[in-house]
Amino acid sequence: MNIAVLVKMVPDTAATIRLNADKSWIETRDLNWVLSPYDEYAMEEALKLTEAEGGEVTAITYGGDQSKEALRKALAMGAHKAVHAKKEGFTDLLGTANALAKAIQAGSYDMVFAGFKATDDDCAAIGPMVATLLDWPCVTEVHKLEVGGGKLTAEREIEGGHEVFEASLPAVVTAQKGLNEPRYPSLKGIMMAKKKPIEETEVEDVEPRTETVGFEYPPERPEGRIVGEGAEAVPELVRLLREEARVIE
Amino acid sequence: MAYAGIDYYKIDDLLTDEERLVRDSVREWVNDRVIPGIEGWYRDAVFPMDRVPEMAELGLFGPTFPEEYGGAGIGDVAYGLAMQELERGDSGFRSFCSVQSALVMYPIFTWGTDEQKRNLLPKLATGELLGAFGLTEPDYGSDPGSMITTAKKVDGGYLLNGAKMWITNSTIADILVVWAKLDGVVNGFLVEKGAKGLDCPETSGKWSLRASVTGEIILQDVFVPEEMRMPDAVGLKCPLMCLNQARYGIVWGVLGAAQHCYESTLRYTTEREQWGGPINRHQMVQERLVIMLSEITKGQLMAYRLGRMKEQGKASFRHVSLAKRNNCEQALNIARTARDLHGANGIADEYPIMRHMMNLESVYTYEGTHNMHTLIVGADITGIEAYK
Ligand SMILES: Cc1cc2nc3c(=O)[nH]c(=O)nc-3n(C[C@H](O)[C@H](O)[C@H](O)COP(=O)(O)OP(=O)(O)OC[C@H]3O[C@@H](n4cnc5c(N)ncnc54)[C@H](O)[C@@H]3O)c2cc1C
Repeated sequence: MNIAVLVKMVPDTAATIRLNADKSWIETRDLNWVLSPYDEYAMEEALKLTEAEGGEVTAITYGGDQSKEALRKALAMGAHKAVHAKKEGFTDLLGTANALAKAIQAGSYDMVFAGFKATDDDCAAIGPMVATLLDWPCVTEVHKLEVGGGKLTAEREIEGGHEVFEASLPAVVTAQKGLNEPRYPSLKGIMMAKKKPIEETEVEDVEPRTETVGFEYPPERPEGRIVGEGAEAVPELVRLLREEARVIE
Repeated sequence: MAYAGIDYYKIDDLLTDEERLVRDSVREWVNDRVIPGIEGWYRDAVFPMDRVPEMAELGLFGPTFPEEYGGAGIGDVAYGLAMQELERGDSGFRSFCSVQSALVMYPIFTWGTDEQKRNLLPKLATGELLGAFGLTEPDYGSDPGSMITTAKKVDGGYLLNGAKMWITNSTIADILVVWAKLDGVVNGFLVEKGAKGLDCPETSGKWSLRASVTGEIILQDVFVPEEMRMPDAVGLKCPLMCLNQARYGIVWGVLGAAQHCYESTLRYTTEREQWGGPINRHQMVQERLVIMLSEITKGQLMAYRLGRMKEQGKASFRHVSLAKRNNCEQALNIARTARDLHGANGIADEYPIMRHMMNLESVYTYEGTHNMHTLIVGADITGIEAYK
């Protein structure tokens, strides 16, 4: 069972994000970068599967030099090798998915795992886009998975219940919280990672189909409102929460 | 990972990828597995034994040793960073790893027989065996050369008599590294748990390092077979070399505690309002925050440089003494300042401050007191051994 895991560095989820001067990108100067948290679930699931069934885990990332850090973290967790699809210039989601699909096609994998979304742009698109380009089945936001006999059974949460899918391999699975408990890279794993290969590939960029026009901060939150005091205020508060804020039914 | 560390001088840029990964991995583990439980363990005065296999899995026991002995072969700076993160959680966790790695695995690795190394080191690395280090005695602390514990040669081994006090993990250890005088010369012995005549009662009533077990080692005609003496561990310099390893870990460790105190103080003084605004707008508060940051930054540079020197074999015990002395003193000052700036909240265990402060009182004393390190460096620069 050979598995590819798509990984990516993102700004620390606790960081305060600011925009750069011309609002064309975020200010990256003092940011702390981490492996996207959902990618850790993807890595853990792939490692568990290969530990049980044999085979290798290959971590794949697409991006500039800095994105290599994601591969080092994945190798330290236990990935056997890594592929760095190098990015030149600007791409959009399709460009990223295209590059990753090409890198996957260059290898031979029975499964691809990815985090269901990266916690920076929250697009949740790369997994399904890669699957479409590969013409593989795809199950997203999986929190429970079984693999065997050339197929997988994956469970995902939906409003008010669970949805269970079966798919034949090869397939793409995107990981949701709850799938497993990601391991901490061990000191031994970190030192061994140094000796593992990182293969570099150049992928021809596809023409971007979307253009990022700019970034804006979310609007300031309007000030809070005091509805009333004590028990008498509760019915009005409930009414507002239901009708105005629409947070309860 | 919510916590990015205090790094005013971009010391991160001086670290290798592996060093950063080691630090981040230990940091994450501490965030998830130490910080949420520590106040409770501290209050109950217990060390959570279920964390031992996790620490072993991470590779925190003897990580600088080669792989054949269960280590990871990491460098001294990476080791220091791991100690820093552990002590940001609590000194008890750092102490646990210091004892296992620097005070138990190190002497076996350095002076043990091949058989002792092969049999014991891998099991100590996995935490299957736990160790303790017995040097201090009721009557001899700073002056261990005057120890009264003795070993007497008998048929097939040695008989040990004496008492050790203030021994971290003595009550839970499977292997005790005990220093005793054989014909007037300090020798290192490996005493196994359960040996006849051995007793390790717990020391209770500590107001410091409460999440760390401390006890005595009482030896009454304890027989140690010949193969459990470390043949090359002869002379007072041996235990002192062990302490030197552990002190090096402390140099980094206390920076972790200091950073935790500083981080909490910076946040608290920003959020706490008095006289119609946050208290951090007052010059006296700002000055103290700056002093804290300044001392942390100096301490980091000292630790980093010492680590690189150690990796190159250039760090002598004097260099370690200077840094242990400085960083413990500054960390303790920082914790006390933090205590003050948190006001009444500074004494509550909702904040980590008082716990770190009380821990640092031990760290200031053990592995050579502040005075002793002053006099070691003093002797080096003047040629006069004032401590005698
Ligand atoms: C929590 C904890 C855990 C410990 N764990 C261990 C362990 O695992 N193994 C172990 O062997 N030991 C351990 N120790 C013991 C520790 O190393 C000793 O406490 C330390 O070496 C100091 O010895 P002492 O307490 O006897 O103090 P003393 O030596 O009696 O010192 C008392 C005071 O006198 C000062 N003083 C002494 N001599 C001089 C001098 N010549 N000039 C100036 N001032 C001087 C000291 O600086 C100190 O201020 C531990 C201690 C604590 C608190």
